[in-house]
Amino acid sequence: MANEATVDQQGSLWGGKRQPFGVSYGKMMMWFFLLSDALSFSGFLTAMGLYRFKYEDTWPVAENVFTHFPFLHGDWPLLFVALMTFILILSSVTMVMAVNAGHHMNRKGVIFWLGLTIIGGFFFLGSQAWEWYHFITGDKGAIQLESNEVMYLSDMDGKIVTLHELVEGKPGVHGEHYHFSTEEVRTAFKNNQDITLRNPGKTAETKERAEALALMAKAEVLQGARLKENEYGNVLFADFFFFVTGFHGTHVFSGVILNIIVFINVIMGTYEKRGHYEMIEKVGLYWHFVDLVWVFVFTFFYLV
Amino acid sequence: MSDSNLPSEHHESPEGTWWIWKVFIILLVVTTVEVVLGIIKPEALMAQALGTSILNIIFIVLTLFKAYYIVAEFMHLKFERKNFMWTIGLPMLILIPYLTFIILAEGGYMNQFQ
Repeated sequence: MANEATVDQQGSLWGGKRQPFGVSYGKMMMWFFLLSDALSFSGFLTAMGLYRFKYEDTWPVAENVFTHFPFLHGDWPLLFVALMTFILILSSVTMVMAVNAGHHMNRKGVIFWLGLTIIGGFFFLGSQAWEWYHFITGDKGAIQLESNEVMYLSDMDGKIVTLHELVEGKPGVHGEHYHFSTEEVRTAFKNNQDITLRNPGKTAETKERAEALALMAKAEVLQGARLKENEYGNVLFADFFFFVTGFHGTHVFSGVILNIIVFINVIMGTYEKRGHYEMIEKVGLYWHFVDLVWVFVFTFFYLV
Repeated sequence: MSDSNLPSEHHESPEGTWWIWKVFIILLVVTTVEVVLGIIKPEALMAQALGTSILNIIFIVLTLFKAYYIVAEFMHLKFERKNFMWTIGLPMLILIPYLTFIILAEGGYMNQFQ
């Protein structure tokens, strides 16, 4: 291309014989790409924010949803996702260290820190797979009414009762998954006078026992979450969970791939020959962006 | 490949690596505060303000605080030339308050018309 030829003659300055903003072409385009990508994520999060307001009554409270922690029993709301955040921040730090080592033309340093960043990326992806697995399989279990509305089982004060507690009379082992038929649950519900249905939202309104009993006659058991049904509450919550964390996870995945490609180049001495390690900086920008997005996802999905 | 042969103009960041660990500690502390607040949800902070609870406003502010440190320090935007810094920063400085306002102000309206 004619353009490219000009660039070559100028010893890689841009066509106008200088670097606009004092930034190389690749780095500036990475920034512009990230800016546009930020708009995509803003779109997702804004849509979620508005629907969350719209369906406030049935929108699940995050601490009732994300309660598992590997190897631990009992309820640990927020703890696992805090660990994921920690992993991502840490891998961001190792990435800055890699970029820093690159500035000093320290090849061994780049290999060491970039290697750690890749490991951190894999840990995050693994955590996300684990989180998805538990989200999809389900936790406490719920009831889907004839109107498709989702209700939790609870005692008269609105404290959530799991399907296992209702049917077996005692809590199941946390983190293990049990399946119950609609018949079993209906029978147990009838026999257990202190159990009613409650709204999954933060208002946690409970139904009158008589009304709940009538609703139960036509209701089904619902366990787990998919695109069209969601035991945690409003189905849009599951959809946004899959799309937002999935879109972010895809970014993390491609970030890890980019890191690996650059890692191989570093080992082969590509940047040593080129005379600078700016490629690490460009890929680093992408990696930090992934961390940046997670900061927002963490707040608007798990905290707010 | 020709484009990448010449690196960007170099802008000095602070010597050594202490500043990296400083930012790491800041991010870590802020995240810890967020998680603790998210678990205990203090009653005093549940009062309504600006269309949501005070606690949520605190979360939003802390998030933007963290975002600033990641973009300015880790992504090095603070050390770029001023004109480039504003080219990237200004759209976000306009967009984020705008979207926040829209969600908090119009969200309640959506709730009234199911």
